[in-house]
Amino acid sequence: MKLKQISVFLENRKGRLWKALNILSEAKINIRALSIADTSEFGILRMIVPQPNEAIHILEENNFVVQINDVIGVAVPDEPGGLDKILGILNKSDINVEYLYAFVEKKREQAMVVLKTEDINAGIKALKDGNITILSSEEIYNL
Amino acid sequence: MIWNKKAECMSVEEKEELQLRRLTEVVKIAYENVNYYKKRFNEMNVHPDDIETLEDINKLPFTSKTDLRDAYPFGLFAVPHDEIVEVHTTSGTTGKPTVSGYTQKDLDIWGEVMARALTMAGAGKKDLIQNCYGYGLFTGGLGVHYGAQKIGATVIPISAGNTQRQIQIMQDFGSTILTCTPSYALHLSDVLQNNGVEPEKISLKSGVFGAEMWTEEMREEIENRLNLSALNVYGLTEIIGPGVAQECTEKNGLHIFDDHFYPEIIDPENLKPLSYDEKGELVLTTLTREGMPIIRFRTRDITTLRREKCECGRTLVKMDRITGRSDDMLKIRGVIVFPSQIERAILNIKGLEPHYQIIVTRPHHLDELEVQVEASNILFSDEVKHIEDIKKNIEDHIHDEIGLRVNITFVEPQSLPRSNGKAVRVIDRRNL
Repeated sequence: MKLKQISVFLENRKGRLWKALNILSEAKINIRALSIADTSEFGILRMIVPQPNEAIHILEENNFVVQINDVIGVAVPDEPGGLDKILGILNKSDINVEYLYAFVEKKREQAMVVLKTEDINAGIKALKDGNITILSSEEIYNL
Repeated sequence: MIWNKKAECMSVEEKEELQLRRLTEVVKIAYENVNYYKKRFNEMNVHPDDIETLEDINKLPFTSKTDLRDAYPFGLFAVPHDEIVEVHTTSGTTGKPTVSGYTQKDLDIWGEVMARALTMAGAGKKDLIQNCYGYGLFTGGLGVHYGAQKIGATVIPISAGNTQRQIQIMQDFGSTILTCTPSYALHLSDVLQNNGVEPEKISLKSGVFGAEMWTEEMREEIENRLNLSALNVYGLTEIIGPGVAQECTEKNGLHIFDDHFYPEIIDPENLKPLSYDEKGELVLTTLTREGMPIIRFRTRDITTLRREKCECGRTLVKMDRITGRSDDMLKIRGVIVFPSQIERAILNIKGLEPHYQIIVTRPHHLDELEVQVEASNILFSDEVKHIEDIKKNIEDHIHDEIGLRVNITFVEPQSLPRSNGKAVRVIDRRNL
């Protein structure tokens, strides 16, 4: 099961991250997970939101460059070694991870991991075969 | 078809003899009738009698845009006002406008050179010329108009704008020749496409496009989209208007009507004359104009003159497509770079908008070029390495074009100045 992630181009300029988040806040869009990739010249804001199409529309209306793409969401026990297990499975299956970010869900004592593998389908298959719970969009949005 | 075989195909010797005769005449008229020229000649200690050969033109002072502005409005007229029958002005986008005054004979010459230009584009008595250059103080509209009437073609004086009406008339009347700026030709083709007009419903066979800089890539696009032969016309209000030079169907350079306009190429930095096949700034002298003779006008346009035989049979000297302006010419680590070269590289990359800005700095005694381009959906990705690959690809394209490495930075959409009017393309922070 694939998860929709939106990425926003951020020019390396004061206030741009705030502006992007402010637009989503005004539109009452809740951010479920977020990470920022930064280089010396620009940044990429990656987010999981319950209404990706709405978020894209409102950001583009405000002249942001936005992309939507598939990522994988998995749940891991919030304990030492949780992430190690997932990466071990992918490593054994020879699957490259492009990036990942994680956040902790207090209620269920679980950690959520959003990751992108070079080949998404191969990543999902390997994780499923390794008995890892892949989260659906609904599950992530309803956390 | 050649409009004036005698003038356009004369031998080089005959041409030079004619040019020298006309040059000595015009220099004498300018000196005797225009205070500005008398003053400048005297300052440089040169007299009309010193012009004995064509090369002697090098002794004469240059005329710049500033000189014309200082003479605003009528200071350079060489005849009494009752002989001036028409005036035009430049747009004044770079400062105060300059005025151009014409006697009846000047207008006849203008019609003659534009008749030659339109004939090069295949115009004859039966053609319908849809003239979308603006009519008014701008020289484009009336210049084409006079040429079309001289030929006896039907001119549709529709002027600029109102695109829906343009395409209606184009279809209803069956216009065969289109005259406008190349960017407007592209705009027309967009609207035709949006209106679902089939290319077969359009009878255009050729277009005479000018009044702004354009590229071979644009020619290809216009020709494909409008199914016509796109030809380049060149001219300046200061000299006469459109009709200083026109491309023939060989499409490898513009023929300058050098029996009326004497061209030179100079190095814009040291003002020394350059020879054929060398790239530099075009300088023009009017050889026959009565109302406002112009001696050695620095056009700021960068081109090359060529004296090769043309397949079309004309012996008129040829100039290359304008590749830049000497006022926006950049010297980066000793290499001459024009914004238009960078623009060409950018336009060659799919998905890149033609909006860009060039920033020149000298951080460690070495020039650095940064080119800012606007990020777009096609260029953007969720992965840093993809964006860096795209950045490298653009840098490679520009390197191929100018021979220098530049640094591409992406900025947000709509954040760079737009190209309508005269956008600031270059920011030089070197404090030279």
